[in-house]
Amino acid sequence: MTKSEVMEKIKEILNDLFDDDFDVTESTVADDIDGWDSLAHLQVISAMESGFNIHFTLGEINNFANVGEMADSILKHLG
Amino acid sequence: MSDFRTLQKNSRKECDGAKVSVCIMGDVATQFLAQAVKGYGYECNLNLNITDIDYNQIDMQTMDADSELYESKSDYVLIYMSAEKLYEKFCHTDISLRDKFAEMQVEYIKEVHNRINSNVNSKILQFNFIEINDGVFGSYSNKVPVSFVFQIKKLNYLLNEYTVTAKNVFIIDLSSLAVKYGYDFILNEKYFYSAKMALSIEILPHVAKSVIDVIKAVSGSIKKCVILDLDNTLWGGVIGDDGLGGIQIGELGAGHAFSDFQAYFLELKKRGIILAVCSKNNEDTAKEPFNSHPEMVLKLSDIAVFVANWEDKASNIKYIKETLNLGYDSFVFIDDNPFERNLVKSVLPDVTVPDMPEDPALYLSYIRSLNLFETASYSSEDISRTEQYQAEIGRKSLEASYSNIDDYLQSLEMQAEAKAFDEFHYSRIAQLTQRSNQFNLRTIRYTEADIEKISKDDNYLTIYFTLKDKFGDHGLISVVIMKKVDNETLFIDTWLMSCRVLKRGMEEFIVNKMIDIAKKNGYKTVQGEYIKTPKNAMVEKIYSKLGFHDNGDNSYTADVNAFINNKTLIKEI
Repeated sequence: MTKSEVMEKIKEILNDLFDDDFDVTESTVADDIDGWDSLAHLQVISAMESGFNIHFTLGEINNFANVGEMADSILKHLG
Repeated sequence: MSDFRTLQKNSRKECDGAKVSVCIMGDVATQFLAQAVKGYGYECNLNLNITDIDYNQIDMQTMDADSELYESKSDYVLIYMSAEKLYEKFCHTDISLRDKFAEMQVEYIKEVHNRINSNVNSKILQFNFIEINDGVFGSYSNKVPVSFVFQIKKLNYLLNEYTVTAKNVFIIDLSSLAVKYGYDFILNEKYFYSAKMALSIEILPHVAKSVIDVIKAVSGSIKKCVILDLDNTLWGGVIGDDGLGGIQIGELGAGHAFSDFQAYFLELKKRGIILAVCSKNNEDTAKEPFNSHPEMVLKLSDIAVFVANWEDKASNIKYIKETLNLGYDSFVFIDDNPFERNLVKSVLPDVTVPDMPEDPALYLSYIRSLNLFETASYSSEDISRTEQYQAEIGRKSLEASYSNIDDYLQSLEMQAEAKAFDEFHYSRIAQLTQRSNQFNLRTIRYTEADIEKISKDDNYLTIYFTLKDKFGDHGLISVVIMKKVDNETLFIDTWLMSCRVLKRGMEEFIVNKMIDIAKKNGYKTVQGEYIKTPKNAMVEKIYSKLGFHDNGDNSYTADVNAFINNKTLIKEI
């Protein structure tokens, strides 16, 4: 998968999870999206893990500065 | 079952069902649990008002008379003390005290409950503990009283023992859920370490169901009666066609699955659930296995109401309901046939109708997984309930209570084919003439070679019928062979039909077609005959019911040109 493919899928997953059709870029942060609080973050993590069939580490999940960093991590786990 | 996302969406919807208030507190975070319980409640038409206490507040909330817990005056207090937190406590307990760890914990739980009881009038729902093995002693821990495994198992036991007499405390059996789904499925370590949540997104709907099942039972919504189909539900095969020796029941092969299924219902009966039978059969045929089959687990004396006839099942369930004087919502209807299930669902929406798996091997585990028989009480009277009902019912006879099912039949979009025999169907047609006993007017048996010969003989008019509806295809279900008597007269040598498609307008469709084909071929009269056998009583009067003249002596005649078509909702394709 290329990074743009990963970004496209991340957008799909987030749109589905938050029931809205919003844009997602690499600089998007949780505060930009209505409803993405610390609790919802757990669901974002779960949805990404099952969507990409990967497992983040505990250290990663609370340290993504923005969606771009999450995409990088996903790419790394995809190998 | 809905996933967590769906439950979460439900939890934000308005619900106009019964109001129930629940206060949830745990030694782990319970926000998702609260959403799941509320969302599952929505699906059961319960309007839940949930007070979700921040995590690790159990002592503060129960000791402070002005706490949120007590302010909420909730109907239920749901307490989630997790095995994970229990383990932390265990690790901080001095080894010299560990053999009494379970006693100490159950005393602590009782104390928490007593504090609640002295402040509010709430019912207490207490999760029991997932019996995790901490990997310190391995299996040997079961022989070591100071091990965690030993103590947590003892704790669950002591908790049970305490609640036998604690009338307002109800256990939510998380431990059984763990046996079914496994700890790997239940615990998401990242949730636990990053957010103090001990339940995964995947297990939450199941946990929520356990909670709501108990709340429903405590508030009086329980199942009281199971209505059972017979053929291919309680035994394999069709008693009317396969006979006593041909049905599958007992230790051998597929019969074992049916025996276990029966044993489950016998256990339910012993704990006070009423059993009823609703079968499309002649009553004598239907009762034969109960009376004469040595491997039957259920006996006639276990059945409070036994209904076997050829009416539609919705009408028969209505009769059973009126006989037992119970509400429709206390009934569960078990039937392998999707047509019967959908009819009952559509006419009697309050009856619970599980969508049985196709494979009988899965019947029992499927029904168990639904947890339909949650209850909130058990007494010695429950044991003899069936006998009490039987005494009341006496010999009250069945007055058919017809319900209007035309709307349902219309909605099925039934389509039938009527065609002359062809080589692709010889074997199926021959098989039907050999196997059909009940809906079979003359019970003439034919081999495949006979059928081929008849289909090529100009002295015969042959028709086979297929039927399908929006739920699926029943395939070739009826066979008609008409023989030329003279230039004006046809005689119905054979008419048989599969009982699975009875009472939905197929009989009418077939007779209309017989007359139509006779007319097109220039005949003026069609003659029918009924030859009695021990099994075909159900079709004794069918010709006169469908517009033929009764000549006496089981002989019937139809005037082709004066014949008025029978009403049917089936379309020909």
